[in-house]
Amino acid sequence: MVASQQKVTYSEISPSEFFYRNRDLAGFSNPSRALYTSVRELVENSLDACEQFSILPEVTVKIELAPEGTKAGEQVAYVLTVKDNGPGIEAKHLPNAFGRVFYGSKYKLKQSRGMFGMGGTMAILYAQITTNRPVTISSCFDGKTNHVLDMLIDIQENKPVILKHDTTTADGTGTSVQLTLMGDYFRAGQKIQDYFKQTALVTPYANINLVDPDTNVISYKRGTTTIPPPPGETLPHPYGIDVEALRRLIKQTNEPTLVKFMTSNFHRVGEKTAQKFLAFAGFEGVRKPKTFGNEDFVKFVNSLPQFEEFLPPDASCLSPLGEEIMQAGIMKELAPEFVAMCVRPPSAYSGYPFIVEVGLAYGGSLIEPGIKLLRFANRIPLLYDEGNDVAYRIINEEIDWKRYKIPQDAPIAIITHVCSTKVPFKTVGKEYLADRPELERELKNGTREVLRKLAVFVSRKGSMEFQKKRMNIYGKYLPLIAKFSTELSGRRKPPEYKRLLGSDVAIEPGSESDNAISEETAKEVTDALAKDQAAAAKSKKKVVGEEGEKIAQQSLEEFGDSS
Amino acid sequence: MATARREELLKQLKELGSKTYEDLDQSKFPEFLFPSRSVSNIIYDPKLKQYILDKVNVKRSSGNIKHIRPFTQMLWLAYFANRLVEQGKTSTLRDAYYSSQADAMEFVDQAESDEIITDLETVLSRAREEFKIYPEERSAIFGDLTIEYTVPRFEGRRLNLSSHPDGYLIGPSLSTAEFVDTSAEMVIAVEKGGIFTRFVEEQVEKKYKAILIDTSGQAPRSTRYMLKRLNKELNLPVYVMSDGDVYGEHIAMVIISGSANAAHLRDLTVPTAKWIGVWASDIVKYRLPTDQMTEADVKRAQELKKDPRYHGGVWQRELDIFLKIKRKSELEAFSKYGLTFIVDTYLKEKMEEARSL
Repeated sequence: MVASQQKVTYSEISPSEFFYRNRDLAGFSNPSRALYTSVRELVENSLDACEQFSILPEVTVKIELAPEGTKAGEQVAYVLTVKDNGPGIEAKHLPNAFGRVFYGSKYKLKQSRGMFGMGGTMAILYAQITTNRPVTISSCFDGKTNHVLDMLIDIQENKPVILKHDTTTADGTGTSVQLTLMGDYFRAGQKIQDYFKQTALVTPYANINLVDPDTNVISYKRGTTTIPPPPGETLPHPYGIDVEALRRLIKQTNEPTLVKFMTSNFHRVGEKTAQKFLAFAGFEGVRKPKTFGNEDFVKFVNSLPQFEEFLPPDASCLSPLGEEIMQAGIMKELAPEFVAMCVRPPSAYSGYPFIVEVGLAYGGSLIEPGIKLLRFANRIPLLYDEGNDVAYRIINEEIDWKRYKIPQDAPIAIITHVCSTKVPFKTVGKEYLADRPELERELKNGTREVLRKLAVFVSRKGSMEFQKKRMNIYGKYLPLIAKFSTELSGRRKPPEYKRLLGSDVAIEPGSESDNAISEETAKEVTDALAKDQAAAAKSKKKVVGEEGEKIAQQSLEEFGDSS
Repeated sequence: MATARREELLKQLKELGSKTYEDLDQSKFPEFLFPSRSVSNIIYDPKLKQYILDKVNVKRSSGNIKHIRPFTQMLWLAYFANRLVEQGKTSTLRDAYYSSQADAMEFVDQAESDEIITDLETVLSRAREEFKIYPEERSAIFGDLTIEYTVPRFEGRRLNLSSHPDGYLIGPSLSTAEFVDTSAEMVIAVEKGGIFTRFVEEQVEKKYKAILIDTSGQAPRSTRYMLKRLNKELNLPVYVMSDGDVYGEHIAMVIISGSANAAHLRDLTVPTAKWIGVWASDIVKYRLPTDQMTEADVKRAQELKKDPRYHGGVWQRELDIFLKIKRKSELEAFSKYGLTFIVDTYLKEKMEEARSL
């Protein structure tokens, strides 16, 4: 209303400045959260880099109090160092890789932890904002020379400013980032340790070390040397295209026709499909893409989701952990008595392929009763906002636990891993997954399958324990019965009772209310026994004109209390 | 006769062992079948005038994991009882509990072994005293009755039960002794040692030609067995004198009609015995010193009113009076009128009343 009366000035802001103004969005809202996020972003960069080159990761994180102890109220400055044995970064890319927001190696469509490689830069930016110290980056790409840079970021220009560039000799590739930032380890410590433990679970092929401010070393040793194959890159699927994406693709294409444009720029679109779609959408197949106007863009994009014949995206660009690796991680970090795994077949939402993996751990070192949920997305542990996550809702509301006859309060951990070229996070904070129906279905089916496996295990274990217990009891009492009956009957040689201990003789199952025996089984047995007893009573002619049911009922009561 | 019963019992025990042995030998799980003692299977038999077990049977099978332990315990007990009977020895309930350990059998506590003993009674339809297991309870007898021991070492030896003023303990040897001779014409059972002593001092045994029995509260089964024998073998009428409260009334009732706990047994009741006091109406009549009935007393009286053994006659009437006056008196209350009043006056009047009934 009053806008016309005010002088409005418009100015461009750089991505760095944008981040600077909106740092809360990216997980840097307070010193405790910022320390945690910084650790996380740098560790994830390191792991991504290693995995891309199939290098078994060695990551060391050191958190120290800054020497001169810059203090502002409760805030304390920490020096955070994250060192890896990854492929390293070429010296010429080094300043931009860390000193510029949105300069990443992760711009194409494939599965990785970070989306754009900006997390590391944000950590550096945050450090610079809070302590005004330069970041020290050291990287060796060729295996011989270490390039060591001290640099700051020019926030307004989104440009690195190099203060010092040294070279040293190195003994292998790798990168190390050291920054000084305001943090709160007292508050963040527990979360950081949880993060490491869960990262160790989902990355069992990595050696991870954490040195905390008290110089305690917490080490997570690798439990397998198998590393999942690095994911391939993929073209965008037609269902995931918006107007802006289409505009960019057409801008850079050199293809002469729309058909050719589609087959070379879209995932799983061949000539036939392209022709069918163009006919469906009302475009000439031979039209030049460059002739597209605004209305064409909109018409094209709006027709995409209505066309039902696009093939679903394939999962070659995804890199699930797979049963073997995930199981190794679970065994290593949770040491349960039983593990079940389920890797769901690839599925897709809005043109983005995804794979859900569900693991279940039961008993062993897991002793806390109840269900613990460990969530992962693209191998990142999700530690915050569990209650909002779709997996949480499934476990607590959708699964009918009674069906699986798992003892109440059984110590169970359920591990969910969603990998996708675009994980459907609900918020920028990347902490919980949205309720996409496709995702929900896969998570639900995966959870059900591991629960079925657990149910089989529990009932088998139960019947084995029951057998063992029975053997113990019979092994104890049958010889006594033999001894007493021998003397009572006035014989010398004991009876041949040992066959009764063997498994080939049918034994009435007991009706003990062992958790392991299902209620149905128990009922069957007691019913049968009651019938037996009623029949026995009848044959003894002790039942005179009574209804069999009444007798059975009474026998049942007696059976219950006669021991 | 006693010998015949003993032989019969030994045969029963041997059969139990043989059946178990043969089952095992044929790879079958041996089992016992016996009447259920659950409350729902206890019924009152008006002809026998006692509680008996109805028709429901329990099967205890060694093939059932929950039953194998009590099954083995019961078989052990049969084995133990067999030794006792064969060797002419006796054991207390507590002894039985400890003896089990010698044979690698175990009972959690004496309550468990007592329960198994009752099970064996049910299987054999025999009181445990017959297979020589006795409680520790003390109960005494005094009067002109000559007995002859049948227990080893004392076999053939005779004793007159009026030779010792404290009376004789009704234990295993007395219970199994043969009755030789008596001049007694009746049996008077009293609930309390104190009154028993008073009766001896006042020569009730002479004045009434009576055999005196101290039941020490609720009469133990050996005492009830003794009463039964005196009544049956010597044709002596039995009179019961107990405290003037509902529990006293019930002590008399158990002697006459038995207890629900022993519904599996016979030969422990004296259906013709008479309860001569202290009645609720006596409390009023003799203006006895009284105590207030407790809530538990009142509740017990109401329960007993519904009990089939208490149907009709003096039993219902007296319960009604108890509930009306809400007072109770002990036998000793008669001492208000002097120590001899209970014998000289009360007993005399009650015996006349009883005879006239």
